[in-house]
Amino acid sequence: MKILQELRDEGRGQDLTALLEHIPYAKFLGLEVEQQGREIVTILPFADHLVGNVNLPAIHGGAVGAMLEMTCVLQLLFDTACERLPKTVDVSFDYLRSARALTTYGRAIVTRQGRRVANVRAELWQESRDKPVAACHGHYLLSPLD
Amino acid sequence: MPETPEHNVAEHLANVPHSRAVGMKHIFDDDEYCEIAISYADHLVGDPDTGVIHGGAITALLDNAAGMIARPRDMPREVAAIATLDMRIDYMGPAPVGRDVHARAHCFKRTTNVAFVRAVAFVDSPDEPIATCTATFMLGTRNTPFEGKS
Repeated sequence: MKILQELRDEGRGQDLTALLEHIPYAKFLGLEVEQQGREIVTILPFADHLVGNVNLPAIHGGAVGAMLEMTCVLQLLFDTACERLPKTVDVSFDYLRSARALTTYGRAIVTRQGRRVANVRAELWQESRDKPVAACHGHYLLSPLD
Repeated sequence: MPETPEHNVAEHLANVPHSRAVGMKHIFDDDEYCEIAISYADHLVGDPDTGVIHGGAITALLDNAAGMIARPRDMPREVAAIATLDMRIDYMGPAPVGRDVHARAHCFKRTTNVAFVRAVAFVDSPDEPIATCTATFMLGTRNTPFEGKS
């Protein structure tokens, strides 16, 4: 089963919500996506199983990283006509503030798209867009040699 | 009465909701190294076409392993938190479907404020990594609840 192809055949190639439904890890996190025109915002409602520090409390760095990665991949899928899910080559995270027990929002920009590799940046915020909690930039393989 | 470090790491993993939800388990740790692992599980899958687990699960595993070895042994968790400053992960290849993934982290330098850590994710041997990671951590950040508006 090729999920991207299947969605495309159904005319839902750019329906990212439908795609997330098929990604177990996205469902495990509780990730949602909102599309407004060409702008995509990922949304991660707070949930107890995301907590990494119970004292503060704050969301786990791994969950923050996963959300950043998924925000990049979703934007890439929207901007490009990938045949398959882009594969992360490397990603570099900056943790800027504690991600608190609040809803987190994410936005990514494809800074360069080559034939095989794309450079993508993403940012997460909670209460205010100008106070990002984390950011990342990464390289993604679009069409692996195989 | 100080707990044994081994006991401490395993207990810590069980007490962190996200670590527990991802299914992290303690393998071993000493002064320099900490190794934890996740079992293959359906809810961790990132690519439904192949069944390969999501990079995010590897990220969480590496972050956790790196964070735990970054903490100086004489710095109690209740007193001070450690905060990830940055983390870079290189993915060498997919985690084989159905296999446990281990993360072994090594803290190679600690200053008063910062710990420098390298970590590797692997299935059979750290010499055959599926991902590597470099991270820096701030030591002794505040670990008391946020005040005012949440």
